[in-house]
Amino acid sequence: MANLELRNLNKTYSSKVVPVKDISLKVDEGEFLTLLGPSGCGKSTTLRLIAGLEQPTRGQIWIGERNVTDLRSGDRNIAMVFQSYALYPHMTVAENIASSLKLRHLSKLEIRQRVTDVATKLGLEELTQRKPSQLSGGQRQRVALARALVRQPDVFLLDEPLSNLDALLRERVRAELKQLFKAQNTPVVYVTHDQTEAMTLSSKVAVLYNGNLQQLDPPQRIYTHPANRFVASFVGSPQMNLFVLSCRDNAAWLGNFPIPVPLPTVPPQIVLGIRPENVCLARAEDTHTIQGQIYLVESLGMQNLLSVRVQGAPELTIRALLPAAWQWSDDIVKLTLSPQSLHWFDAATGDRLF
Amino acid sequence: MQLDKIQKREQLTGWMLTLPALLLLLLVFAYPIGQAFWLSLFTKNLATQLQPVYSGWNNYVRMVFDGRFWETMQNTTIFTCVSVFLELLLGMGIALVLNQSFPGRGIVRTIAILPWALPTALMALAWAWIFNDQYGVWNDILQRLGLIHTEINWLGEPSLAMMAAIAAEVWKTTPFISILLLAGLQSIPVELYEAHALDGANPWQSFWRITLPLLMPQILIALLFRFAQAFGVFDLVLVMTGGGPAGATETVSLYIYAMVMRYLDFGYGAALIVVTFLLLVAAVAIVSFLLSKARNSKF
Ligand SMILES: Nc1ncnc2c1ncn2[C@@H]1O[C@H](COP(=O)(O)OP(=O)(O)O)[C@@H](O)[C@H]1O
Ligand SMILES: [Mg+2]
Repeated sequence: MANLELRNLNKTYSSKVVPVKDISLKVDEGEFLTLLGPSGCGKSTTLRLIAGLEQPTRGQIWIGERNVTDLRSGDRNIAMVFQSYALYPHMTVAENIASSLKLRHLSKLEIRQRVTDVATKLGLEELTQRKPSQLSGGQRQRVALARALVRQPDVFLLDEPLSNLDALLRERVRAELKQLFKAQNTPVVYVTHDQTEAMTLSSKVAVLYNGNLQQLDPPQRIYTHPANRFVASFVGSPQMNLFVLSCRDNAAWLGNFPIPVPLPTVPPQIVLGIRPENVCLARAEDTHTIQGQIYLVESLGMQNLLSVRVQGAPELTIRALLPAAWQWSDDIVKLTLSPQSLHWFDAATGDRLF
Repeated sequence: MQLDKIQKREQLTGWMLTLPALLLLLLVFAYPIGQAFWLSLFTKNLATQLQPVYSGWNNYVRMVFDGRFWETMQNTTIFTCVSVFLELLLGMGIALVLNQSFPGRGIVRTIAILPWALPTALMALAWAWIFNDQYGVWNDILQRLGLIHTEINWLGEPSLAMMAAIAAEVWKTTPFISILLLAGLQSIPVELYEAHALDGANPWQSFWRITLPLLMPQILIALLFRFAQAFGVFDLVLVMTGGGPAGATETVSLYIYAMVMRYLDFGYGAALIVVTFLLLVAAVAIVSFLLSKARNSKF
């Protein structure tokens, strides 16, 4: 078993298309790393670089003590699950799973043993003689997983493996995936644009944007301490409220209401972020309160999402997520921004200040 | 019960809708073939007699002892098998190259199909000149390279003439096969090769385990078309060698043509047609059977 390390990885297709600019990160044994980012941010390219399906323009890839940057895909001992599954259509399920073992000239007996083991583990015993076209989407996905697992590789790569499943199935397979990879003491790199997947599956999340690593942290920390404005806005649903505010008297002014800035020196402008679930109806003793007019209520079942126009700054809308049981009497509400849940970002660079 | 009725009615509608096409096919195919079979049971030779005389299986018995028929059969078989084999090999190579992305691929693809678009008679004439012993380019090239010292009479020697005819045929129809195979290659997702590479395969293994099996339907279709066509080869050989020298390149269709048009022996000509037709049908049936098997194993 070995860890996976990317050192200053860069992939340049042309001066305008640089999907991976400079990415360094490390995935330890048994760690589940998710590459999270919007479509087109270079996630798949990063994964393909690791797999050796693309050659990096600069940088190195290490697996344990081996520099694999110049090795062929087949010599890296990496298994990958493709978004389209890439099952061989002319082979049966068993042949699909056995392909890599046959190519490595394992004995017939061992191949049969390992294929049976993994097929049993994934509940594919009944299907081993079928062709991929005779399987449902979920079954195909499991065959793709089985093909990766049977290899006992040094690294697992998965490129949006759940995106072709319907919503219900996706939730179930997500849970199965988590258990499956918990048992493997191998680095896993998982690509997704779905933050729920990233949050639930990973031990670490790498948020990518524009070919650069924005933040590399455990999912909880990504949520509570986004490293910059992009991460803050990308992670979390409904989206975090983000306001560019002017500062005066050690406070940022949200409309008519001063919000104290917890910094030794207060810049003239600052970005304030607060998640909708951290905005509550104010009680008498609360600080950090604002007032505004409700103009939209969206019911999400368990909660109501309120859109409120802030007094003194009609162009600013703050959204608050309130339990459905909470009632308010008037169109004008008083809200409190939970002080320990405020995020402060540099107005120019977007980096986290506090 | 109800479902059965609906199914029956749908079947009936289906038959009714295909009936016009079937009738047309019957008229265009079955009638002439039936006519040929009927004719083959008569002795009808315009050169010696005017009235056809019923002679049963006589024409077929004659065929068994007709040395020239067996010779043309052999020529046709050699011509067909060798040229189809070479076309498949070359066509596969060209298709694999054209399937790679390189600058100017579109133009190369268009140029590659050109030989197929040329009229056979014209291109056969050109090849006859290329292989001409006195003025031919081929002899000239070989001499300049110092490979031969005296001119070779390509179209004048039995086995050389066959080789020349095969070369022309291969040149003309390889593009057809490569375009057919290229279409097949392009329908294979790149990810299959990537997955196979990750499985540890080298390009050679990928070719045998991914490309070839997934290309089998196209290969069989190409074989089907080419076997049927090459077996009936006529214009190319007629223009290049006229069947000579000494009948060394005479194919079945040339022989039938001579039998009917030169010797005016309609009855025997018809018998030859029927037998060739049956042989072709058998060949096509075998390939079709393989094709359906390949399809089933793929999906
Ligand atoms: N082979 C290629 N040639 C040129 N551009 C490419 C190639 N592959 C990917 N790209 C570009 O790189 C960017 C990132 O792609 P990708 O890594 O697939 O994004 P995603 O994060 O959605 O997986 C995209 O803008 C894409 O157009
Ligand atoms: Mg992608």
